[in-house]
Amino acid sequence: MIRIEPRTAPGRWMTLGVPVLSAVIALALAAIPLALAGADITVAYGEMVKGVFGSVFAFSEMLTRATPLMFTGLAAALAFRAKLWNIGAEGQLYLGAMAAVAIGAGAVDIPGIFLVPLIVILGAAAGAAGMAVPALLKTRFGADEVVTTLLLNFIILIFVQMMLEGALKDPMSLGWPQSAPVLDQGMLPQLMPRMRVHSGLILALVLAGIAQFMLARSVWGFRLRAVGENAAAARHAGIGVNRSLFGVAILSGGLAGLAGVSEVAGLKGYLTADLSPGFGYTGIVVAMLAGLSPVGVVISALFIASVFVGADSMSRAIGVSSYLADLVVSMSLLCVLIGGFVARYRITRTKTAEGVA
Amino acid sequence: MMDILQILLSESFWAASLRIATPLIFGVMGALLCEKSGVLNLGIEGIFAAGAMCGWMAVWLGAGLWGGVLIAALAGAFFGLIHGILTVPLGLSQHVSGLGVTLFATSLSYFTYRTALPNVSSPPRIEPFRALDIPLLSDIPFLGPVLFQQTAMTMLALLVVGLVWYVLNRTALGVALKAVGDNPDSVDAQGLSVYGLRIGAVMVGSALMALGGAFLTMSAFDAFFFGMVNGRGWICIALVIFASWKPGKALLGALLFGAFDALQVRLQTEVGAMVPGQVFLMAPYVLSIFALVVAARKAEYPRALLTPWFKGQR
Repeated sequence: MIRIEPRTAPGRWMTLGVPVLSAVIALALAAIPLALAGADITVAYGEMVKGVFGSVFAFSEMLTRATPLMFTGLAAALAFRAKLWNIGAEGQLYLGAMAAVAIGAGAVDIPGIFLVPLIVILGAAAGAAGMAVPALLKTRFGADEVVTTLLLNFIILIFVQMMLEGALKDPMSLGWPQSAPVLDQGMLPQLMPRMRVHSGLILALVLAGIAQFMLARSVWGFRLRAVGENAAAARHAGIGVNRSLFGVAILSGGLAGLAGVSEVAGLKGYLTADLSPGFGYTGIVVAMLAGLSPVGVVISALFIASVFVGADSMSRAIGVSSYLADLVVSMSLLCVLIGGFVARYRITRTKTAEGVA
Repeated sequence: MMDILQILLSESFWAASLRIATPLIFGVMGALLCEKSGVLNLGIEGIFAAGAMCGWMAVWLGAGLWGGVLIAALAGAFFGLIHGILTVPLGLSQHVSGLGVTLFATSLSYFTYRTALPNVSSPPRIEPFRALDIPLLSDIPFLGPVLFQQTAMTMLALLVVGLVWYVLNRTALGVALKAVGDNPDSVDAQGLSVYGLRIGAVMVGSALMALGGAFLTMSAFDAFFFGMVNGRGWICIALVIFASWKPGKALLGALLFGAFDALQVRLQTEVGAMVPGQVFLMAPYVLSIFALVVAARKAEYPRALLTPWFKGQR
């Protein structure tokens, strides 16, 4: 007889294999919509690969696109570890971006060595504040953070539009709703000449490393995992659950805020209401594909960014809608979920079935 | 102040309130059904988009308005089936699965729309549902214009509320459905299928959500736009908690919401010069959060909400 029973611990090859396989399956499934759209499948995949690996510039564009996804992916990974469902990274990203232009676009004119850290710190603080509100509503009033963070995304985006027509409006922009540019010395340094990839990437990598270490080795990380795995038991063991949740909320919001800082002060130079094509939501997929591991986030952000940049390039070449990328991203989330199930269970054959090995 | 009173007493204001509330009524009833059975369905936002796109496209391809409604409902049930399988027998995180369904349904709808209509500058229009004019009923003073000069989909939404209430409170199926969301073991002990009831509830609930989306493209407007759902799904999730999972209160919540939205549009034209328009645009989301904060502690959550159940495992 065939039985499905839970594994005590998924093997090492499973924790690595499941996300990789999920990503591959999602990419392969994209052949169906591609075929239905009437595209030549080999040409389409070829264009996607060329769009990422075809030139140094293409590759640098992929790194540029991966940078905000690393921040939002880390934001989701840390919060989800504690079972704090921060779906508000999109809004927190915009809060960070607003803080970056509010301070960096001429409010203070100080040397870059002071201005850049100031922008980074204030941007993170703005994102953190944006997550502190739903965390408080959760711990004080029991208001579900999924709903409040989702709704706050809409409120913050409308607030950005209001600010872009008001306090943050660039007087030189001739009515176009965009902010004044960040001062030259406030911009994050570029990494390669004539490429758009910037040092926000380095910051993301360093933070991923720190998060990985803290999560695995520190008391804080232990508390965080304990709260996520069993809040009641953690409370019983004397861990301040609300305090832990609030702490991780601040960190998660701050990381999402840095995604906004990095897009404004590393890439665009100014703020518009379409700064993010859903980096906050995509960060959730990045985190899930990474199995909520900070180092994994780096790798899955590179993969998701490749899908987006590759699909954009394929779209330009053969005219299939670049919404294909969003489709692949959403399918990889569903695949990794199912994969996670498969990894947690194993199919065994028990001896009750006679004659069948 | 007089102006507000005048607005509140006008037929057109209440007619608009009910019209604005209609997609929310569908969505709230759908979310309520799913959650009563113990499954949170965060796929709602994407299912709205899928219903809006599929309903519109079916009509655009010549299926007729009610054909469009049917196609939208089927599309919703399809995404509900995905969410149901992932969260009920597989017992995966309802939060993550729901968000995955939202991303999948949204991107699939957008991709399909773009593929079918690659180079349109202005979205093609269909002939949407027209306001009914029911003899006698439409002529009742005040109630007539408010209730009976709506489109058929608004009538359908009100019918759905009654139906959901009746099924939940007056039928054996309703008893089983509520039990499966409170204490699935008891349902299993009676020999009923926990999986079947939950997946069924999620599919029907998702079909209702899709009708909320279809209302947008087939009744409120006559075309499909990217981003047209605009958080309506999430608002429904908040309203269900506000309504403490009671159909009557959920209807009331959706209507209050519609009334508030209708009021802000009218106020905006009066005081628009003094306050930035965005303040009014923000209001519905702020109101939803406020409603959630007020109601969260008192709400009577289905006791097994978010808790997966596995056969033969107590």
